Amino acid sequence: MRAALFVTCVNDALYPRTGIAVVRLLERLGVGVDFPAAQSCCGQPQYNTGYRYETEPLMRRTARAFAKHAYVVTPSGSCAAMIREHYPRIGRKAAAEGRGSELADAAAALAPRVYELTEFLVDVLGVTDVGAYFPHTVTYHPSCHGLRGLGLGDRPRRLLAEVKGLDLVELPGAEECCGFGGTFAVKNPDVSTAMGTDKITAAAGTGAQVLCGADNSCLAHLDGLLRRADSPMRALHLAEILAATEGEPLP
Amino acid sequence: MSGTYLGMPPFPAAAREAVRDEVLRGNLRRATHTIRDKRARAVAELADWDRLRAAGKAVKDHTLRHLDHYLLQLEEAVTAAGGTVHWAADADEANRIVTELVRATGEREVVKVKSMATQEIGLNEALEAAGIAAYETDLAELIVQLGHDRPSHILVPAIHRNRAEIRDIFRAEMGDWGRPAPASLGDDPRELAEAARLHLREKFLRAKVAVSGANFMVAETGTMVVLESEGNGRMCLTLPETLISVVGIEKVVPTFRDLEIFLQTLPRSSTAERMNPYTTMWTGVTDGDGPAAFHLVLLDNGRTDTLADETGRQALRCIRCSACLNVCPVYERAGGHAYGSVYPGPIGAILSPQLRGTGSEIDASLPYASTLCGACYEVCPVAIDIPEVLVHLRERVAQGGPVTRDGIRVTLRPADGHTAERAAMRAARLLLDHPGALRAGERLLARARRLAPRRLPGAGRAWTDSRELPTVAAQSFRDWWARERSTPR
Repeated sequence: MRAALFVTCVNDALYPRTGIAVVRLLERLGVGVDFPAAQSCCGQPQYNTGYRYETEPLMRRTARAFAKHAYVVTPSGSCAAMIREHYPRIGRKAAAEGRGSELADAAAALAPRVYELTEFLVDVLGVTDVGAYFPHTVTYHPSCHGLRGLGLGDRPRRLLAEVKGLDLVELPGAEECCGFGGTFAVKNPDVSTAMGTDKITAAAGTGAQVLCGADNSCLAHLDGLLRRADSPMRALHLAEILAATEGEPLP
Repeated sequence: MSGTYLGMPPFPAAAREAVRDEVLRGNLRRATHTIRDKRARAVAELADWDRLRAAGKAVKDHTLRHLDHYLLQLEEAVTAAGGTVHWAADADEANRIVTELVRATGEREVVKVKSMATQEIGLNEALEAAGIAAYETDLAELIVQLGHDRPSHILVPAIHRNRAEIRDIFRAEMGDWGRPAPASLGDDPRELAEAARLHLREKFLRAKVAVSGANFMVAETGTMVVLESEGNGRMCLTLPETLISVVGIEKVVPTFRDLEIFLQTLPRSSTAERMNPYTTMWTGVTDGDGPAAFHLVLLDNGRTDTLADETGRQALRCIRCSACLNVCPVYERAGGHAYGSVYPGPIGAILSPQLRGTGSEIDASLPYASTLCGACYEVCPVAIDIPEVLVHLRERVAQGGPVTRDGIRVTLRPADGHTAERAAMRAARLLLDHPGALRAGERLLARARRLAPRRLPGAGRAWTDSRELPTVAAQSFRDWWARERSTPR
């Protein structure tokens, strides 16, 4: 089987380790990975801030870059939700504004082929034990777009529960937003910080060494708060934990 | 909508104060978490909740699509039952109608049933200006009124107050409005309720005129419906001689049977009760029973304009249950006052900028007062996709676009203050739409990573004031891929 990696712009520039982890993990599971170089940002920051017209060229680019792949895998619930939930909406609006059906068609062609990483592992590959080893206490924060947008449910927790050596502890108030919210983090910094601080306080209360998530944007916000507070806890993407093995531990 | 709140600072500035108020945050956290947990349990009891939610949405959508028809049917039914219907295009007209109706009775005071519509139009202030005293009789509204305060929640207007604060307000203020609180009043809920009961009882027995809103209006029968917990509303709805109800035009439902849905979904969503203790229904007037005169003021105040917007109109499905407030993590930290409207929280963030327009600073900032986490959509008993409308209104603020004002289609220009953001979005798109340039930019960033300051100037300061920046990696994923994988291993 082959799958294309949609690494996302945040991971490309700031968290390449997450993309590398996905490649290692998928290859270990026997999936050949393609990385179409024409890919870029999905356009979510623009769309969510109110710049729908700025989003459209990026939407076209994303659809074109992955036109040939049956499976497009991305380590971000938020970007996957953008493509699955909002691309069709943007396409319909363009059509309603008399600009033809091209965007709607592009969205319809792409959306069903896009999988968030844990969906791909559990639903397509049918695995929950990916052969990972990570001897640490971990608590998991389910980011909102994965949780409510995609309905990931317990897939991430099932994958983590099978990791050898990993002690998974429940995060109180897990389903509450961390306060990142894209440009919300800078447009409403006080509320954003208050929400994030409550989240890392809850995480610290679990005694976990690692705060795990499946969206590096939320983790950038939480990790930024943890480091400013000189906390010993570190935020880590789920893919990096799943990629770690006894032979090849987390770099 | 009322001008009471206009001139408010934008949401981020108003929220900053609330976030720093530890007492307020403690009060809000306790109250919202208690009610959200109870609500989740009450909803879980119903196996057909999803179908009730879909049915509520469908009834509301159908009614809104044929609103003209159902309003005329309602007017006919109310008139046939002995009531009088008045149409108010905006807040001023509604206030004028109510003031004249009260004046015609010769009375100088009215008792009030808790009502969002009269809050929205600032009726109490308008009556006061005309020399008429309006007494709120809902316990929480009474606390707000006595405290010279503003409501901060749709259902629990005094949610921002704790018991000790309420005791202090009762002790200091009740005497100025009527029967004083006992000097020995403590902060036990039962004591507080008893003080309010005695204070209010006087007013119920004296009042000749009452003003209410309604949760629902039934078009086929002309029946008004009010759901409440305390019974104070029923006292107002049955004791006085004249009853004036001010109701938003979106509150109409076609048939009596439709209430079946909402009488299940509203109490569970709002107070987490299977059924609210008091449901009062009245149809026109009946000889020897209840008020002898009934006036219905149908309020538009921006609703028809909102209805003209395909995406935004779903906000009119709202049944004011306030479940979205109780689950909203932003509301929980910012408090209700920061939203600058009688409609706070997620629903307020989409309702106010539609009813009032996005012209003021506060209204232009409200669509951004959310992380789009989706918790509000998940709990909404009429399935209003609040995040969708928020993004739609952000577009209106940032890009401009078509909008209906006073029935006329106009094209809004982008709001002020978004010029730099718009330029940045365009620049980012140009970079992101050219992967070659993007790769070069990433390399530049990687090379300069050691120079990254701990605190950024300008807009970036909003991040670095409280958070560390992510560390830039030595090479982008793109570069790693080119080196490690682009040539077959």
